[in-house]
Amino acid sequence: MACAASTEFDLDAAWRLHPGVSVRPERFGALLYHFGTRRLSFLKSTALLDVVRGLDAAPSARAACATAGVPAGELPTYRQALATLAASQMVVERS
Amino acid sequence: MKLVEQFQYGLDAPICLTWELTYACNLACTHCLSSSGRRDPRELSTAECQAVIDELERMQVFYVNIGGGEPTVRSDFWDLVDYATAHHVGVKFSTNGVKITPAIAARLAASDYVDVQVSLDGATAEVNDAVRGAGSYATSRRAMDNLAAAGFVGFKISVVVTRHNAGQLDEFKAIADGYGAQLRLTRLRPSGRGADVWDELHPTAAQQRALYDWLLDHGEGVLTGDSFFHLAGYGESLPGLNLCGAGRVVCLIDPVGDVYACPFAIYDNFLAGNVRDAGFDKVWRESELFADLRHPQTGGACTSCSAFDSCRGGCMAAKFFTGLPLDGPDPECVRGHGATALSTVDGAHAPRPSGDHSRVPVTIGRRRPERACDESPLAGITH
Repeated sequence: MACAASTEFDLDAAWRLHPGVSVRPERFGALLYHFGTRRLSFLKSTALLDVVRGLDAAPSARAACATAGVPAGELPTYRQALATLAASQMVVERS
Repeated sequence: MKLVEQFQYGLDAPICLTWELTYACNLACTHCLSSSGRRDPRELSTAECQAVIDELERMQVFYVNIGGGEPTVRSDFWDLVDYATAHHVGVKFSTNGVKITPAIAARLAASDYVDVQVSLDGATAEVNDAVRGAGSYATSRRAMDNLAAAGFVGFKISVVVTRHNAGQLDEFKAIADGYGAQLRLTRLRPSGRGADVWDELHPTAAQQRALYDWLLDHGEGVLTGDSFFHLAGYGESLPGLNLCGAGRVVCLIDPVGDVYACPFAIYDNFLAGNVRDAGFDKVWRESELFADLRHPQTGGACTSCSAFDSCRGGCMAAKFFTGLPLDGPDPECVRGHGATALSTVDGAHAPRPSGDHSRVPVTIGRRRPERACDESPLAGITH
């Protein structure tokens, strides 16, 4: 398991949504389903959904957060959420 | 608001849904939730099934849990699986293994979008076959052998926990580990023919406690389909959502297109509509029954119990089919309130499951078909 990743997430790396993940927006945020691991995840805010959707086009996760309007003070919270998504392979580093 | 509270108000589309594709089955398990056996001649056609899949794709339903009956005995089954995955609707299907040949196993192993659950209700042939019928253990194991040989990693072995197999959890886990498969344990419900054997087969209070401890020990490594949330009353929640998702995040489509709130309650009181009338989406969004279920439910007598926040009063279907009121305790309430309530209920007045598709009367440990052809998966099917 990628548990180690849950405490470390490189905000300055380039990330993307895993190609096997389907995203369904909901009023509380979104549901994510990974067809490879067959796991379900939840995004608990629409702002986090904007961040996740912006990852592919952004040079870094930090940039995706900025584009989505995440205040600097809330970055640690978003980093933690992204780390959880990375641990379950919902988001992966772009090479 | 916590997610679980959001879910109680329902979602725009189910997270997943159960779709019983046919009532036809080569077996006659004593605890069958859908009283399956004979095919219903009004079964949805291939084109009607494809139309349902088109709607699920539009609604972004990630996957369907296909069951029956034995879904693989439908002659268009593999085509429907291909159609669903081509339309971005993943498929998990439950099977007794009868059609999982080496060739089919290889085909299944090649797709990321198909998952297979092979049913096994005993870690030994003796325990399994007493409930599922003679030879069914061998059929399941052969299917598992074929899946593993084809390189299908992580298929599911699905076990309904009963009084007779509750002591075999470690053995089930060992079988799953041996195949590189994942164990899935689910709750016996008094639904369908399960109502007839529930008194005899549902786990004892001591077995429930042991099961709870075992599940906590094994964490997310063992799947439960969220079916043991009534055990949260012991203290700690088990992994999963721990709520009744009926009509809120799950539902069931039956072989003739009827939509029910809960996979375990094929009964008029829980019927929301039919996909043949105006489609599935309309039923999901506009059914009065679903609208009711999406309001906060009253816990009745349970509200004053300190465990209510964790167990939420338990399973609606389990209460209904044992004759208990829906705002009362679950029949298997871990505080014993269900047992007390049951002792005051006249079992003769418990609702009888509505559709019986059994080919012959089914009893535990003794299963004698009337005619040899009743053993055939195609018995009762007309083309």
